[in-house]
Amino acid sequence: MQVVACIKHVPDATADRRFTPERTVDRSVDGLLSELDEYAVEQALRLKDRAPAPDDVVVAVVSMGPARAVEAIRKALQMGADRGVHVIDDALAGSDALATSLVLAAAARWAAGGEVPDLVVCGMASTDAGMGVVPAMLAERLGLPQVTLASLVEVRDGEIRARRDGDHAREVIGATLPAVLSVTDQSGEARYPSFKAIVAAKKKPVDVVSLADLDVDATLVGAAASWSVVDDVAPRPPRSAGVVVRDVDGAGVDALVGFLTSNRFI
Amino acid sequence: MPEVLVLVDHLDGVVRRSTLELLTIARRLGEPSAVYASPDPLPDETVRLLGEHGARAVYVVQDETVEQFSVAPLAEALEQLVRSTTPTVVLIGSTPEGKEVAARLAVRTDSGLLTDAVGVDVVDGAAVTTHSAFGGGYEVRARVTRGTPVITVKPNTVEPVAEPAHPEVRPVTTTFSDAARSARVVARQPRERSARPELTEASVVVSGGRGTGGDFAPVEALADALGAAVGASKAAVDSGWAPHSFQVGQTGKTVSPQLYVAAGISGAIQHRAGMQTSRAIVAVNRDPDAPIFELADLGVVGDLHTVLPAVTEEIRRRER
Ligand SMILES: Cc1cc2nc3c(=O)[nH]c(=O)nc-3n(C[C@H](O)[C@H](O)[C@H](O)COP(=O)(O)OP(=O)(O)OC[C@H]3O[C@@H](n4cnc5c(N)ncnc54)[C@H](O)[C@@H]3O)c2cc1C
Ligand SMILES: Nc1ncnc2c1ncn2[C@@H]1O[C@H](COP(=O)(O)O)[C@@H](O)[C@H]1O
Repeated sequence: MQVVACIKHVPDATADRRFTPERTVDRSVDGLLSELDEYAVEQALRLKDRAPAPDDVVVAVVSMGPARAVEAIRKALQMGADRGVHVIDDALAGSDALATSLVLAAAARWAAGGEVPDLVVCGMASTDAGMGVVPAMLAERLGLPQVTLASLVEVRDGEIRARRDGDHAREVIGATLPAVLSVTDQSGEARYPSFKAIVAAKKKPVDVVSLADLDVDATLVGAAASWSVVDDVAPRPPRSAGVVVRDVDGAGVDALVGFLTSNRFI
Repeated sequence: MPEVLVLVDHLDGVVRRSTLELLTIARRLGEPSAVYASPDPLPDETVRLLGEHGARAVYVVQDETVEQFSVAPLAEALEQLVRSTTPTVVLIGSTPEGKEVAARLAVRTDSGLLTDAVGVDVVDGAAVTTHSAFGGGYEVRARVTRGTPVITVKPNTVEPVAEPAHPEVRPVTTTFSDAARSARVVARQPRERSARPELTEASVVVSGGRGTGGDFAPVEALADALGAAVGASKAAVDSGWAPHSFQVGQTGKTVSPQLYVAAGISGAIQHRAGMQTSRAIVAVNRDPDAPIFELADLGVVGDLHTVLPAVTEEIRRRER
């Protein structure tokens, strides 16, 4: 069984995040495997752990991004993934979600030896762009059932079942593999790599592939070919701190009641 | 005037306020047509409401497929409408499902997609959207350059404004592909309706965090005194003190109320991402160095278990 987890290397949210002069996300800053994609890797690994013959389940992680994206792949290998595929190509800079999904669909196939993988697992959203659309696009492009935003997953006998906590209802979605799965941060905490696993990860293969290797036309991706453009980015003026009152002898209560009254909330 | 398609977000015919906001935005871009998909017939009341907000037509996709299968059928129904009506823009509410429908529609029609718009302007007749990036630290303006722009808009982006029209109801028949019928809804449990306002639509939200220590009663009591929705931080949700549907932040809901009260919440970047566009922010926290104070219009350094009940009591006293 071939499982492909799509993982993104993202700027660290707790550090300084910024844009380049070309109005794309600046990826030269400190980055890491998107926390939300750790959940995808975790679900792929649980599937392997629970399989009757774990060795028959190959978990490949695929990441599209600049050279440093290999850090995300390394982390996933340390967690237990079997191999990595790093899609790197200068033509990719500035790709939007439509272009990203086009490339990832090809890369998922490549990772599974040219066939559609049995399961493609994604995070619920990337933590930098955060659109939450690539998994649905992958399902569309690969012609696979979309089982997304899952908070609970079960794969058995070629069938997948997942709980999806929607806006209007809690649903159970069922499909026959192959399928595209995306998992939320409710799906189960990701494991920490053990020291042994960190050492073992150094020997795991990482294939570096270009658009040509994937047979993707380079004129279809990147900033110039994107389906949308960013005209302007501007730092939002930070909210300024207002009044801070210590609640001594009810002063905080009075201040809050006063605030609610003067702003006509009561 | 060209058409603008608006996907109606509804639960059993009850239309969300966000749809009325989309109709209001759509009028700037062309003639709004609502798209209503459901296994059940379109209620007259719904036609009236959509018309009141300017819908000139309501396309009705009455088909069980849209409820029996997840996400894909709605995208195919919209695709067929995009092909038959050639709208200038398609507007969809920025819910998790709305974004996924938009994603598939964009692929199927080879069109650009912009998600989570917090503003939509018209420049030279085309939609230019505003988005908030990096947890609200940046504002980004973007536009679609290819195909029929598909735009998802966050709730509370505009005030719904009425502009009565008499919509023509047009039933449409959609043919669904096998792929659209591949992710089956095996079970469905509608969310419990709460007497409190909907979190994303509420004009006041009172949220509790880890600092509640698991006791949400003071948060709920203040919320009820203010007619507010109740929210929670991820720490509170992960501890099982509040349902996930209450979570505010990056992996929860984005709220943008007139007033946001954060009680026992430290103000992590991921929490801020979901609330920092609120008009006014009040924080109650025991720790004077809590980052939430950096963005609060009023910060109270104190114990939420004494401050909240005292404020609630005072509000109730004034009502008497
Ligand atoms: C990828 C990712 C996504 C995330 N998404 C979200 C999200 O959507 N929403 C979200 O909220 N978080 C999210 N988080 C988690 C976030 O980083 C914080 O961990 C979380 O917001 C902390 O919740 P908290 O403020 O309730 O808890 P804490 O940070 O523990 O803060 C508790 C606060 O309560 C105060 N306090 C304690 N006792 C009292 C008292 N009696 N009275 C008053 N104050 C008191 C303390 O001083 C402290 O400031 C995400 C994290 C990651 C990595
Ligand atoms: N560049 C990328 N490389 C690998 N996976 C990605 C990439 N971009 C997005 N994804 C996957 O798609 C999911 C949703 O991304 P997004 O639609 O950008 O929010 C992520 O959680 C990843 O699983």
